[in-house]
Amino acid sequence: MAVRKPPVTTREYWAPGHAACAGCGCATALRLATKAFSEAMEEKYGDPNAFAIAQATGCMEVVSAVFPYTSWKAPWIHVAFENAAAVASGIEAAWKKLGRKGKILAIAGDGGTADIGMQALSGMLERWHNVVYLMYDNEAYMNTGIQRSSSTPYGAWTTTSPPGKLSIGEDKPKKWVALIAAAHQIPYVATASIANPFDFIKKMKKAAKVDGPAFVQVHCTCPTGWRTPLEKGIEIARLAIETGIWPLFEIENGDFHNIKIQPPGGGAKVHREGGRVVRIEFKKPIEEYLKLQGRFKHLFKSPEAIDQLREQIKAMWKVLGVEAILPKPEE
Amino acid sequence: MPIRKVMKANEAAAWAAKLAKPKVIAAFPITPSTLVPEKISEFVANGELDAEFIKVESEHSAISACVGAAAAGVRTFTATASQGLALMHEILFIAAGMRLPIVMAIGNRALSAPINIWNDWQDTISQRDTGWIQFYAENNQEALDLILIAYKVAEDERVLLPAMVGFDAFILTHTVEPVEIPDQEVVDEFLGEYEPKHAYLDPARPITQGTLAFPAHYMEARYKVWEAMERAKEVIDEAFAEFEKRFGRKYQKIEEYRTDDAEMIFVTMGSLAGTLKEWVDKKREEGYKVGAAKITVYRPFPVEEIKALAKKTKVLAFIEKNITIGLYGAVFTDASATLINEKEKPLMLDFIAGLGGRDVTFEQLDEAFSITRRALEEGKVEKPINWIGLRKEIL
Repeated sequence: MAVRKPPVTTREYWAPGHAACAGCGCATALRLATKAFSEAMEEKYGDPNAFAIAQATGCMEVVSAVFPYTSWKAPWIHVAFENAAAVASGIEAAWKKLGRKGKILAIAGDGGTADIGMQALSGMLERWHNVVYLMYDNEAYMNTGIQRSSSTPYGAWTTTSPPGKLSIGEDKPKKWVALIAAAHQIPYVATASIANPFDFIKKMKKAAKVDGPAFVQVHCTCPTGWRTPLEKGIEIARLAIETGIWPLFEIENGDFHNIKIQPPGGGAKVHREGGRVVRIEFKKPIEEYLKLQGRFKHLFKSPEAIDQLREQIKAMWKVLGVEAILPKPEE
Repeated sequence: MPIRKVMKANEAAAWAAKLAKPKVIAAFPITPSTLVPEKISEFVANGELDAEFIKVESEHSAISACVGAAAAGVRTFTATASQGLALMHEILFIAAGMRLPIVMAIGNRALSAPINIWNDWQDTISQRDTGWIQFYAENNQEALDLILIAYKVAEDERVLLPAMVGFDAFILTHTVEPVEIPDQEVVDEFLGEYEPKHAYLDPARPITQGTLAFPAHYMEARYKVWEAMERAKEVIDEAFAEFEKRFGRKYQKIEEYRTDDAEMIFVTMGSLAGTLKEWVDKKREEGYKVGAAKITVYRPFPVEEIKALAKKTKVLAFIEKNITIGLYGAVFTDASATLINEKEKPLMLDFIAGLGGRDVTFEQLDEAFSITRRALEEGKVEKPINWIGLRKEIL
């Protein structure tokens, strides 16, 4: 009897027994990312294990490397919060001198990437190290509680962006690190989501196979920080794509004129000109995404704040070269 | 045959790095040690040193890249000074905690504010608790030799700690002196190839490095770092002895000069030791029983050697280019702690001098001498700490 090949390798590098919260979207992301990486290494170098991981301080580091245990079945190192990219640079240089074939995977959260690790990331990309940098974006500092990062979306509650008499929550638009990474004109930049695992795997493999630096930003749900039911992670992540909150795209060689947009699904109409996506009519309002999360609960008392967020999302799509039609919920 | 060349300490440090054959060097330029990575860049560009040179965007990333490379199992090198070293501070603890034998050259320079590019030791002194071995060079030859010795000690399996070698900004970094460059073969025999047994990132043998430790394990990890530094004392002596055998130059944790019958011994580090020895000669001519001592190894602190020195004299006077704000100079403080339980101990005095590159002159040393002599005559110390060479008119 013919046995179908599994859609992704059954090899595991992120072992069970880690201490992540139930329903953690980031744990899913790391498991898929390492599997994809392994496949790419097998295809490129004939060795599925030809990689090492440098990881920043963050929730995924803390839950996976509690001495004397480890969840990592790959060579793995954590040094500090801000320097995953610099540490990866050093490993890559050492591997070059050791004549070791393979690629380095740097992993950091949004705090370790968009904020404190930005400089080291920029340096690593600019120096053209053969490193894939994976930013798992759960949109706040979840290791230290739930504090805002520059990747926290507008309007979100966190413990340092609390809504109050004078505040609607986080008052700045989200920083889009993927676009900053792409400005380095590196071979490959992509955004991904745990709700679209095959797309994520495909992009991780592509990132791992390019010669030179690559950057992937994956949207990961956080039930603890987002105040969501444990079992709703994938559904919420999918709604982020379907409402236009989370764009899926690829930018190769810093070519902002040829950004590849993945269709968002959810009934959205995608208009193309000469093969290029120019307009997306989303059918689901962003409220469908927001209403499932405690972190946005207060926004429903300030419809103008939600409108403000809608405008920001449109502006972000405009940077991607796309006119986004974002509906309001039917009255 | 070893060759002699006239060179700056920065070049001597670069030559030492070349001789040690690190596989990865990561550095960011900072005055006064910029010439170290510049010279290494030349060696790499000319194929004289087969290494990856990572031109990082900051000192923080320089040391982080060295940690990554050392954790991957190769010999590494970097150089910095002052603000750059301060920027590395966090990662210095991590390098030591992860037991990575990184070697770093430092052009000892003052810290801001006010910004100042000239010599004192505040930069390395401020890193004394990070778990790095610390050497201080008196001249350019020592800068070269001590870097080779630093690798020998750092990579010893009884130690496995990073090491820094300091040489005074401008006084050494930018001053040319004749330096003997040892033969590559002899250095190769002395150092051997670095083969890590504890730190590697090898897919064939995956290990996890840099874990989180709960209170159940953290303290033991810190104890092991402390214990390794204790063991380094013996390993340093062995390395000094082997170095002398192979290269003919003698090093000691504390080098004494005319101390045998001395009533007053002045203790210092770095290039100031040269000035001090000459001044001691002058004082001897004037008929005073004065001696000098130079601390070459500041971490691990040479406890036994300080005790031996203290037994020889009635007054120990420290002249140091650093200040621990809120107490005394660091060297004096450490030496005081070393002697606290000794039955017989000399009077002890601390002189803060030469901060931010101010010349330490014979006049200043005479100022320290008159305070020290008064203490000796009166048999007591009025004020343990004295700043010498202050320009009182601008205070």
